[in-house]
Amino acid sequence: MARLVVLGGGVSGHTAATFAAKWLGSSHEVVVVTPNAKWNWIPSNIWVGVGLMSKEEVTFDLASVYAKAGITYKQAKAVSINPEGGSSSDKPFVSIEYTLESREGDVEDVEYDYLINATGPKLNFAATPGLGDENGLGEHTVSVCTADHAVHASQELKKCIQKMKNGERQKFLIGTGHGLCTCQGAAFEYIFNIEHELKKAGVRDMADIKWISNESFLGDFGVGGLHMKAMGFAVSSRIFAESLFAERDVDWIIGAHVSKVEAGSVDYELLDGSVGKESFDFSMLIPPFAGVGIKAYSKDGEDITAELFAPNGFIKVDANYSAGAYENWKASDWPATYQNPTYTNIFACGIAFAPPHPISKPMSSPSGTPINPTPPRTGMPSGIMGKTVAHSICDRILKGEDAPLHRASMAEMGAACVASAGKGIFDGTAAAMTIYPVVPDFDKYPGTGRDTDYTFGEIGLAGHWIKHILHHLFMYKAQLKPGWTLIPE
Amino acid sequence: MSKYSEKNIKAYGNNFTTMTPGPVAKFLRTCVIYQFIRFIVINLKMLVVVKKSH
Ligand SMILES: Cc1cc2nc3c(=O)[nH]c(=O)nc-3n(C[C@H](O)[C@H](O)[C@H](O)COP(=O)(O)OP(=O)(O)OC[C@H]3O[C@@H](n4cnc5c(N)ncnc54)[C@H](O)[C@@H]3O)c2cc1C
Repeated sequence: MARLVVLGGGVSGHTAATFAAKWLGSSHEVVVVTPNAKWNWIPSNIWVGVGLMSKEEVTFDLASVYAKAGITYKQAKAVSINPEGGSSSDKPFVSIEYTLESREGDVEDVEYDYLINATGPKLNFAATPGLGDENGLGEHTVSVCTADHAVHASQELKKCIQKMKNGERQKFLIGTGHGLCTCQGAAFEYIFNIEHELKKAGVRDMADIKWISNESFLGDFGVGGLHMKAMGFAVSSRIFAESLFAERDVDWIIGAHVSKVEAGSVDYELLDGSVGKESFDFSMLIPPFAGVGIKAYSKDGEDITAELFAPNGFIKVDANYSAGAYENWKASDWPATYQNPTYTNIFACGIAFAPPHPISKPMSSPSGTPINPTPPRTGMPSGIMGKTVAHSICDRILKGEDAPLHRASMAEMGAACVASAGKGIFDGTAAAMTIYPVVPDFDKYPGTGRDTDYTFGEIGLAGHWIKHILHHLFMYKAQLKPGWTLIPE
Repeated sequence: MSKYSEKNIKAYGNNFTTMTPGPVAKFLRTCVIYQFIRFIVINLKMLVVVKKSH
């Protein structure tokens, strides 16, 4: 009987664990180690953050779902990986610390035959002074990265709306809180949902709304922008995004590294080296992401974290980490199997794997401050990677250790993204986009790096309906309700 | 008096060089019949991208 341990029950880990449990059946064991009692459909946190959905609508209890799937569930966080075993055994194990209330702080070593690290990001609020502390939220800004953060954001938004109703002008500043942030799409979606809600509340004319981001051009989204076909042109996402901002009277600052957050203002440095200060009454700034800080130890207890993990805390996989300068970058630098090159029974998927380099062109200010988005690993790629890695491991368990690994490179994979702007069935709109491939391949598609037949975007109610449907489909699928395997990742 | 779609453009401001939607584009975005057709088209396109990615 083999044991697969999955660290992290988010989009990627949950997909991997549930498929593995289905494919392996009861003759092998799947264990999920994850610190939260609830699963969260993170994209819908945007609607929680403007008060249109409750926390309960975007989360569900994991315990009953894992019991139904025959998965052993440990509500705990992984602290370290011992890929060579320890003093008493050669069997590799992970050390975990329980977060379950009744066992809080208890530690346990969980042995594994195969390990998937799908621990997602550490929300690194501490990287920017004043943005937040190690525990999450700062005192001056809000966040929508977790369901609880989003509930807090909606409460603060309500207060601002009330102030505007009382005749007090309010300034909203939304975007990224550091020069190396990713997840611009989430902030993009949030700013337009706020704009929509302010209009609905009849206070739009009392609000100044501004975007601040580390992108070198509006619409970069951490993927170096994209080109989509419109009216016979291949139109850059820059035009698409600028048009949306202009139409809704949202101003922007781009190429910005937010260096400090204080009550009511941020300090920032721009790509041209100039510095500035921007005031706000309400601000949601996405924090930079890092690995969650799991350590690794050799058999004799030596710290081998730097061997297993990249310096940013994400786990090394089959990527080319020595591509060097931007001019050398190739689509083939991107990993395909997500297998760790040293310990071949360890895999990483979703945000937890170390990307070989950014997707957007790296840039820095004259003082050397790097200001460019780090690569996003959005929901669809995270789900596909999770399923692919589970497939590879199940094949190795069921067919033998030489079974070929399955592949899912972000340079050969597309992503569908829907950024809503309001939630009404008849008045909400959304930008529905696909991008193919996620990582541009300039050898295959010279110029834009992508296939413009499969990279497209448009704004309208249709995208909004799709966003609604995706919410219900993914909540349904993650709860393993009948037919869940038919819903694609 | 500037037209609705152009009123936010500020001369030589951030948004001076972008395009803004006219009344037809804006109407089509919330026209239920047109959006229903787009809904089918976008879903089909997305399914192709999903299929190519697996
Ligand atoms: C506000 C917001 C909106 C977004 N909207 C979209 C969208 O519209 N479309 C889209 O495609 N993507 C969207 N994304 C991105 C998407 O949410 C991520 O790509 C996806 O969640 C990544 O999946 P993951 O499994 O790698 O990480 P996560 O889903 O974050 O899961 C990681 C899991 O690991 C757990 N964990 C953390 N530390 C440990 C530890 N030490 N041990 C064990 N477990 C641990 C966490 O608790 C969590 O359950 C959005 C993200 C945000 C923040």
